[in-house]
Amino acid sequence: MNIVNILEEIEKVDGEIYERLNPRRSAMKDFYNMGKKVALAAMPLALGSMFTKAYGQSTPATVTDVLNYALTLEYLEFHFYNHGVEAAPGLIPAGLPLGAIKTIRDHEKAHVALLRGALGGAAIPAKAYTDFDFTAGGTFADVYTNYDTFLAVAQAFEDTGVRAYKGRATELMSSPGVLTVALQIHSVEARHAAHIRTMRAARGAMIKPWISLGAGGVANDTGIAAVNPVYAGEDTEKQATILITGIATGVTKAAAVESFDEPLTKEAVLAIAGLFIK
Amino acid sequence: MKNLQEQEKQELLPVERSVFTAPLQRRSFLQFAGAGAAAVALVAAGCKKDKNNDGPMVPGGVTLDFKDDFGVLNYAYALEQLEAAFYIKVASNLPSGFTPEQKTYFQDIQFHEIAHREFFKKALGTAAIGSLEVNFESIDFTSASSVLGAAMAFEDLGVGAYNGAGKLLTTPDYLVLAGKIVSVEARHAAYIRDLISPGSFASSPQVDDSGLDKALSPKDVLAAAGKYIKTKINVTNLA
Repeated sequence: MNIVNILEEIEKVDGEIYERLNPRRSAMKDFYNMGKKVALAAMPLALGSMFTKAYGQSTPATVTDVLNYALTLEYLEFHFYNHGVEAAPGLIPAGLPLGAIKTIRDHEKAHVALLRGALGGAAIPAKAYTDFDFTAGGTFADVYTNYDTFLAVAQAFEDTGVRAYKGRATELMSSPGVLTVALQIHSVEARHAAHIRTMRAARGAMIKPWISLGAGGVANDTGIAAVNPVYAGEDTEKQATILITGIATGVTKAAAVESFDEPLTKEAVLAIAGLFIK
Repeated sequence: MKNLQEQEKQELLPVERSVFTAPLQRRSFLQFAGAGAAAVALVAAGCKKDKNNDGPMVPGGVTLDFKDDFGVLNYAYALEQLEAAFYIKVASNLPSGFTPEQKTYFQDIQFHEIAHREFFKKALGTAAIGSLEVNFESIDFTSASSVLGAAMAFEDLGVGAYNGAGKLLTTPDYLVLAGKIVSVEARHAAYIRDLISPGSFASSPQVDDSGLDKALSPKDVLAAAGKYIKTKINVTNLA
């Protein structure tokens, strides 16, 4: 397929493609809106053509790297939930809990499709359930037989996901359209995290929908030491050199910590994810 | 202070991140705030510092100039002012229909939004817009359902606003800061949605079939927020 054909194809969904192509910045500006004109089912495909063909000679290597990194995490999450829903009968109570986990599972599945579509041929090979060990080498041995363990691991994955997207957003600044999509996933992961936390609280865990200061002032507010790396640095009370604690009456250290979620580096996230990847 | 900058340099932003070497246009607003904070301190000397925003009111309205990152940050500051004002009013007389947990969590959220507002105010220094006057006539603060409905609208709007504004920022530091805030807003949104309808934390159409949250343009956000803001907001240099 030559470039003219590609542009014509894109023009069918975006009449202004030629204007968008130049200058580069404005080219990307309305990228998100374009999605509205594309049938939902065609979205991943359309995104893929846009990313790789319309808005640059090729997707920058760093952007590809970030998207594959995100894809790995989305596979991890998808297979984790999918196995819980499909292959662990009785684990998740029917009704609202099962409904919520299915909702989250479906979002992770959609994220996988979206990212694969965006990456096209640059995507990593698909990952199967058997590529993962959700017991993390036995640390969470009863993850698929003990609902509380399942939720604890779910929370760790979601909170890690939020930190992971946040940590690499700046690497996507050269591709504003991709950045926006990443941000749109990022806040959905945060919604998942808040809901899983609410589910755990309903079962007696001393946990809030937002990441607070742990008991005794530690960064990990879950009370589960095995997930300490997920919360490393979440006890930060300064933002951009400004001390948030006491910035106004009533803003305690806990409030300061809760008010801002912290990013995690690629290395830290991969170390966490690596515990669950065979 | 130095430690934090060092730490951020290493952990968050590998490229072009020093506030001292960045070109003027992209100079960190922290550095800008250094001068600004001093000026503000002079003006505000003697003012009581409490949780209400005590900055100057702006009779002619405020201007959000999107020509650079300060415009985007002021846009976020405006939204945080609105949210903080809403939750301060809620927390000052919580609806009797709230459970004890809801009362606690709405206090929490109040302080999160105050922290966001004060952070932007301090960080922007002299570049900060003035205080906005709000209009909450349409909200019945004695009714739990009215308060929850408004809270959901504010939180979902905030999430969409930050998601849509991310690409307008040119300075990596600010994008990271916006990211740190937006996920907390999304947690609020999910919590409040679940209170209104259990399991609706990420329901359609707020989250679409591709699993994507909304990303809204400043124009759409300000149009939606307009009914709650008395102060005129002028917008310039928004493509």
